[in-house]
Amino acid sequence: MIRHVEINSARSAAQSHFRTLRLGTPFQPRIDALGLKQDWYSWAGYRAPHSLWDEELEYFAIRSQAALFDISPMTKYRIEGPDAEAYLDRVTLRDVTKLKPGRVHYTAWCDDEGFVLDDGTLFRLSPTRFRLCSQERHLPWLLDSAIGYEVSVEEETEAVAGLALQGPTSFAILRDAGFVGVERLKVFDLAEFEHDGATVTISRTGFTGDLGYELFVPADKALSLWDRLMAAGELRGIRAIGYTALNRARLEAGLIVANADFTTSEHAIRTDRLRMPDEIGLGFMIDPDKGHFNGRRAILEARARKKLRHVLVGLEIEGNIPAEHAIVYYRKSQEVGLVSAAMWSPMAKRNIALASLKRPYGDTIVDDLWVEIYAMRELQYQKLMKRAKVVPRPFIKLDRRTANPPADF
Amino acid sequence: MTSSDLNWDAIVIGGGHNGLVAAATLAESGRKVLLLEAGKEVGGAARTEEFAPGFRVSAVAHLLNRLHPDVVKTLELERHGLKVERGDFVPSVALSKNGPLTLHGAYGEVLTGASSAEQSAWKELRAQLLRYAGVLKPFQSRRPPDLGNMSLAEMTGLGQTALALKRLGKEDMRDFLRVLLMNVYDLLDEQLSDDRLKGLLAFDATLGSHLGPRSPTSLLGLYYRLAGEIGGLAGAQVQPKGGMGAVVAAIRAAAEKAGVSIRHASPVARVIVETGRAIGVVTQSGEALRAKTVVSAVNPATTILDLVGPREVDTGFVRKVRNIRMKGDAAKLHLALDRPPQFTGVDTAGHKGRLVIAPSPDHVERAFNPSKYGEFSPEPVMEITLPSLADPSLAPSGACVLSAVVQYAPYALKEGWTSGKPKFLKAIMGELETYAPGIGATVRHAELLTPADIEDRYRMPGGHWHHGELQADQMLMSRPVSGWSGYDTPLEGLFLAGAGSHPGGGISGAPGLNAARRIIAMRA
Repeated sequence: MIRHVEINSARSAAQSHFRTLRLGTPFQPRIDALGLKQDWYSWAGYRAPHSLWDEELEYFAIRSQAALFDISPMTKYRIEGPDAEAYLDRVTLRDVTKLKPGRVHYTAWCDDEGFVLDDGTLFRLSPTRFRLCSQERHLPWLLDSAIGYEVSVEEETEAVAGLALQGPTSFAILRDAGFVGVERLKVFDLAEFEHDGATVTISRTGFTGDLGYELFVPADKALSLWDRLMAAGELRGIRAIGYTALNRARLEAGLIVANADFTTSEHAIRTDRLRMPDEIGLGFMIDPDKGHFNGRRAILEARARKKLRHVLVGLEIEGNIPAEHAIVYYRKSQEVGLVSAAMWSPMAKRNIALASLKRPYGDTIVDDLWVEIYAMRELQYQKLMKRAKVVPRPFIKLDRRTANPPADF
Repeated sequence: MTSSDLNWDAIVIGGGHNGLVAAATLAESGRKVLLLEAGKEVGGAARTEEFAPGFRVSAVAHLLNRLHPDVVKTLELERHGLKVERGDFVPSVALSKNGPLTLHGAYGEVLTGASSAEQSAWKELRAQLLRYAGVLKPFQSRRPPDLGNMSLAEMTGLGQTALALKRLGKEDMRDFLRVLLMNVYDLLDEQLSDDRLKGLLAFDATLGSHLGPRSPTSLLGLYYRLAGEIGGLAGAQVQPKGGMGAVVAAIRAAAEKAGVSIRHASPVARVIVETGRAIGVVTQSGEALRAKTVVSAVNPATTILDLVGPREVDTGFVRKVRNIRMKGDAAKLHLALDRPPQFTGVDTAGHKGRLVIAPSPDHVERAFNPSKYGEFSPEPVMEITLPSLADPSLAPSGACVLSAVVQYAPYALKEGWTSGKPKFLKAIMGELETYAPGIGATVRHAELLTPADIEDRYRMPGGHWHHGELQADQMLMSRPVSGWSGYDTPLEGLFLAGAGSHPGGGISGAPGLNAARRIIAMRA
C-alpha cells in the first residue's frame, strides 16, 4: 500500500495541471493587472482573457491604434536539423523548399486520409531551424513523422513567450521601442533583434488583416518585453486586448480558426465532420508537384473522383443582425450548411459570415441561399430569413497591412 | 548508377517461394517479369541446404502441409516434378513417457495408442475442426474483404462464406462463432481427455506464434493449420523428397518456363518512387531497373521502411507498419547424426513422420511462460523430422539428419543469444535424450538457428517465418496492416506478395498467387 501512495504522489507531482486548472502565461502578472472584467477562458490550458476592459474598444484598438495580445498559449514546436526542410515538406501541405530563411508562411497538415489535423504558421529561422505554431498539440504525430529524417522536434510552448502587436501604430511603436531595422520587414518576413540580453524574433505577421507584428522571446524576458512595448506605445494608443476583439478582426480578414470553423481530424468524433483542405478553403496550399506529403494520395484521389463534399465560403448577409451559428438554406427550405462565425463588420460596413456548405451549394450553386437568424428580443425569438450572398474573402483589405515601408501613424 | 535499357512489366523483389509464385503467375499472364533474389539461390526459408559435410536439410520449413491447390494447378507444378500421393502422407506422433500416440493419414483419420473412448471423441472433434476450418478456407485464396469499397466479386465471395456458415446448420453455426476466438486449451478440455493428444493439438495451434495454449484466440492457429491441404486432403502433411528445396525447384521450373528472368545475388537497395508511384528499383550494386509494377515478396516492414523509405508514404502508414508484431519465438535445430535415432516406443513408419514433444497442454503452456519475459523454455516443445529416412540422399550412408522446430525461443532473449544459445541447445538435447536415449552420443554436428540467426540468414526481420505474428489482430483485413490488406500499397505500382500479407506464412504460395491475381485484375 505504501508503494501505491508513492507512485501516486510521483504522478501528481508530474501533473501540476490538475492543481492549477488554468496555467498562467509569462505575461500573466501584467494581464491580471489589466483584466478588469475577470472574463477568462481556457486556451490550450492557459488562462486567457475574452476581454480585459471593453470588447468594443479593444476591437477598435486593433483597427485604430495598436493592440497587444498574448499568444503564448499557442502551441510551438522547434524543429531543427539537416533534414528539417525535407521533414516539414513531407508533414505539411505547402512547399517548404520555397520558404526562404527569414520568412513565414501559413500552412496546414493532414493525416493519411487527407483530413486536416490543424493549420498554423511555419517560421523559417535559419536554413535548418524552424518554428511551427498551431492551435492543437501534435507532438506524437510530429515525432512519428520524423522517422527516417535527421531532425529533432521539441515542444517549446512553455519556454517561448509570444505577443501579437497589431494595428496601424504597431510599426511606430516597435521603432520607438528601439528595434532598429524593423522597418525593413515586409509582410511574412522575420528577423531577430536584441532584447534585454536575449533575442526576440519579430515577424511581420498576424491574425487581424492589419499592419502588425508577432514577437517571440524566451519566457524569462517576457515581462521586460511587455514593459518595453507598453512604454514605447503609451502615446500611440497601445492597449492590451482579449480574444473577443481579435476574433472579430480575424473574421474581417477572412481567416479561419481550427475547431471553430472546422473540426480537426483528431477531434472529430463523427466521420462526416472531417475536412480535407479543399473543403475549408485551403486547397491553394496543395502542390501535387512537390515531393510526397502526408495525405497526398487521398487528397488527389478525392479531387479526381470528385469526393469533396463540403466547401467553406464567405457570406454577406442582408441586414445587420449577426448570423452566428445560423443554418444556411437553399431556396429558404433545404438545409445546406451552417454559419461558423458571423458579425456586423464595422470596417466593411457589411454583415459578414463564414459558413460550411454541402457541395454543390456554395461551389457551383451560389444563388438563392438564405440564413435563418434567431434574434432574441426580450425573451422571444424573432426569426429572420435573410438572403446570403457568397463573397470572396478577405472581407476587408487594408493597404497598410502590406505597405512598404510601413506607415508611421 | 547505371541504367538498364530493358523495361520490365514487373519486377519481383525476393525469390522466396511466394516471390517465385507471384513471378510465375504474372509471367503466365504475358508479362515480362524479372525476379531479383538477394542470395545465391532462390527459395528463401524453403531451401534445402547443407549444414554439415554430406548432410542436407530443409532450411526452416520442413513439412509441406498447405501448398495451395490453386498454386499447384496454376503453375502446373505436377508437370514440373512435384507429385504428392496419398502414400506420401506421414503420421504425427505425440511422444510421451507413457508411450506414443499416433495420428495417421490426414491429421488423424485414424488415431492409435489411445483409448477407444478417446478415439471416438477425437473422431468427432476432428470432424468439427475440419468443418470449421473449412469455413475459413476459401478466404486463403482471396483478397481479404475490403470493408470500405467492396467489389461485386468480393461481395459475392463474402456471401459464399455466409452461405458456408449457414450450411453448417444452426447449432454448428452458433458453436463456430462461440469457439472462434477461444483458446485451444479450454476447447480441448471440453472434448478430449488424453493429455498426449491435447498436447499435440495445443502445440500445433501455437506453432510459430507468440501464444501459449491458454492465450486467448490460440485456437485460430489450429484452424490456420487445418485450412491447409496437400494432395487434396485437409490436414495432411508430407516430407518432400529432396527437402523443401525440391518444392522450390518445381516452382522455379514453372517460373522459368513461363519466361521469368531470375537474377541471383542481386539484393535491392531501394524502390524508385516518382510522385507517389513506384517505377522501378535500384540494386545494391547501383543498377536502376524500371518496371510498370514492382512486387515485393520480402517482409512488409523491410519493403516500406527500408526499400521505399518513410519519406514516400504517410505518417499513419509508417506507424502501422512499425507496429507489425514480428518477433519470432521458434528456433530451428539441425543435427547430423552418426546413425538414425530410436525414439522409445515409436515404429518405423512413425520415425518417418512428425515426432512431437509436447506431452500435455500444460507442458506447452509452461514452455511458453518464460518467453513472455525474454527467456527460453527450460523444457522446450518441438516437432522433429528425420528426413534422411525417407530420402537417404540427404545424409551420408548410414548417417541421419534430424530437423526440429523448437519453441519457445524469444527473438529478444534477455541474456542475448550469444550466451543463451549453448544453454538452449543443452535444454533441447536434454529433452531429445529423454525420448530417444543415446541420441546425444551420436551427434556429429549440431546447428541451432535462433530467431536472430533466422533473421540474419533468411532476411526475416525478427526471425519470424510468418513475417508478422499470425494472430487475430494481424489477420485478414488487418494483414499486413489495416486499410492495406489487399496486396496493394499507398504507392501506385507497388504490391506486397510475401507471407507478411494475407493469408500468412508456411509453404502455401497463397500470398504470392493472390497478389499476382490482384495485379492482373487491376491490369497494373
